[in-house]
Amino acid sequence: MTDRPAARDKTMTPEEVVARLESGMTIGIGGWGSRRKPMALVRALLRSPVTDLTVISYGGPDIGLLAAGGRIARLVTAFVTLDSIPLEPHYRAARQRGAFTLTEIDEAMFMWGLHAAANRLPFLPVRAGLGSDVMRVNPGLRTVTSPYEDGEELVAMPALRMDAALVHLNRADRLGNGQYLGPDPYFDDLFCEAAETAYVSCERLVETAELTKGGTAPQTLLVQRHSVTGVVETPGGAHFTSCVPDHPRDEPFQKAYAAAAADPAAWAEFSARFLPPDGDEKSYRQAVRTWHEEQK
Amino acid sequence: MTASATGSATRAEYCVIACAEVWRGNGEVLAAPMGAVPSVGARLARLTFAPELLLTDGEATIVGPDGEAEGWLPYRRHLTLVTGGRRHVMMGASQLDRFGNQNISCIGDWEQPARQLLGVRGAPVNTLNNAVSYWVPRHSPRVFVERVDMVCGVGHDNARAAGPSATRFHRIPQVVSDLGVFDFGTPDRSMRLVSVHPGVTVDRVREATGFALTVPADIPYTRTPTPAELRLIREVIDPSATRDREVRP
Repeated sequence: MTDRPAARDKTMTPEEVVARLESGMTIGIGGWGSRRKPMALVRALLRSPVTDLTVISYGGPDIGLLAAGGRIARLVTAFVTLDSIPLEPHYRAARQRGAFTLTEIDEAMFMWGLHAAANRLPFLPVRAGLGSDVMRVNPGLRTVTSPYEDGEELVAMPALRMDAALVHLNRADRLGNGQYLGPDPYFDDLFCEAAETAYVSCERLVETAELTKGGTAPQTLLVQRHSVTGVVETPGGAHFTSCVPDHPRDEPFQKAYAAAAADPAAWAEFSARFLPPDGDEKSYRQAVRTWHEEQK
Repeated sequence: MTASATGSATRAEYCVIACAEVWRGNGEVLAAPMGAVPSVGARLARLTFAPELLLTDGEATIVGPDGEAEGWLPYRRHLTLVTGGRRHVMMGASQLDRFGNQNISCIGDWEQPARQLLGVRGAPVNTLNNAVSYWVPRHSPRVFVERVDMVCGVGHDNARAAGPSATRFHRIPQVVSDLGVFDFGTPDRSMRLVSVHPGVTVDRVREATGFALTVPADIPYTRTPTPAELRLIREVIDPSATRDREVRP
């Protein structure tokens, strides 16, 4: 019997995460393009009534799905892509019908916006943006003049502060320590640190000791518990985006998604099959398995 | 016209050579190619006349010519490397204008575009911080336009107008297309024809360009790949001929 108090167990279900989100919030979504996106949480969001969101994302199918579902009021991004399929069909369609307001910024400006928010700074000076139409389409962007001898005029990239961040990692413990085992951390730790609340879904929930078992380097522990509100175990929770080394991108399924997204009738059929309003993550995984069986 | 022997090199292989040449003499910088032909070109340069170049595996690892890892370059470090200037990227362009402004974001009105493309991506940070060349696999007046619809990559006129912070590290060495090679070596820093690939006439380049191009009196052909370079391209770097899918042989 130990007299040490137990640390707080932060595990929850995707539905419990979404129940904490409200319409009108600013939500950050981790990952990059069609890589390690918290898709299980996005799917849960799509089954909820939450809407009118400001979404901050290095965009992939998370943005495609939320745009198709009419949940986005404003999008802050540098791109939206499926990687192996360069253009996201739902995002294209939404933009071409003027479905939401876009704050289009450069990839590095985006990163500095996250750094500013995580460091509780109002802005960070960046060179990027000057001379480009990023300044034209974001008339609210201001510049600052260096107070030092160089006197350089730079863009004051405002902090990308968010109400909630959603990220997906390979492993996590119940306390909210999250681990990535792939080659790239993307910006998931910054998303969590830039947000008031952060929810980490993971491929596998493990004991804390198991995170570094077998000599796994501690620098894979990307996200720390002090910046995490909730932990969700969702095997395949990044599907159909990649989550290496647990699984690569499901290219056949992504192709089917993109083909369906390009045609309203096909999309109605696709979403009824894979994303029904009364479904859950388990029924999604079963529907995907059945679909793969049919393709053989 | 200075004629030169074309040997048996295809158009795609001339394009590979032209792309490889953009990294000549760059020193120890990351060669960041976008597209199949620039990727083959960067690896060719690394294997021949520019062994000091850094290359990635397309993900987060810096690799040598045989694929062995020699560094870690996830996106956040890649962006630092961009702003530090130790990089020469060869980007694509949906539109490119006479001063080197590039667009990959959207066609038409930005508020509600006729065609939404990728988005600005890293073009603004790239162009202000490290050398940016461009690769256009299908040279046409739809790509080479008078004015781009959305300035993503910053051209010479816009950099100048934005002031010294914008011009300080701004550099657009070359543009390579399936027809020829171009630079901005004119008094107003507008585009100039440097060479045409064998089989291409200057008139054809003019017709395929939607703005008035500076054309010097004597235009050479793009240099011919050596037999050793051709062997590397065909047998070592690109045996599956990805180059032919971008530029028909």
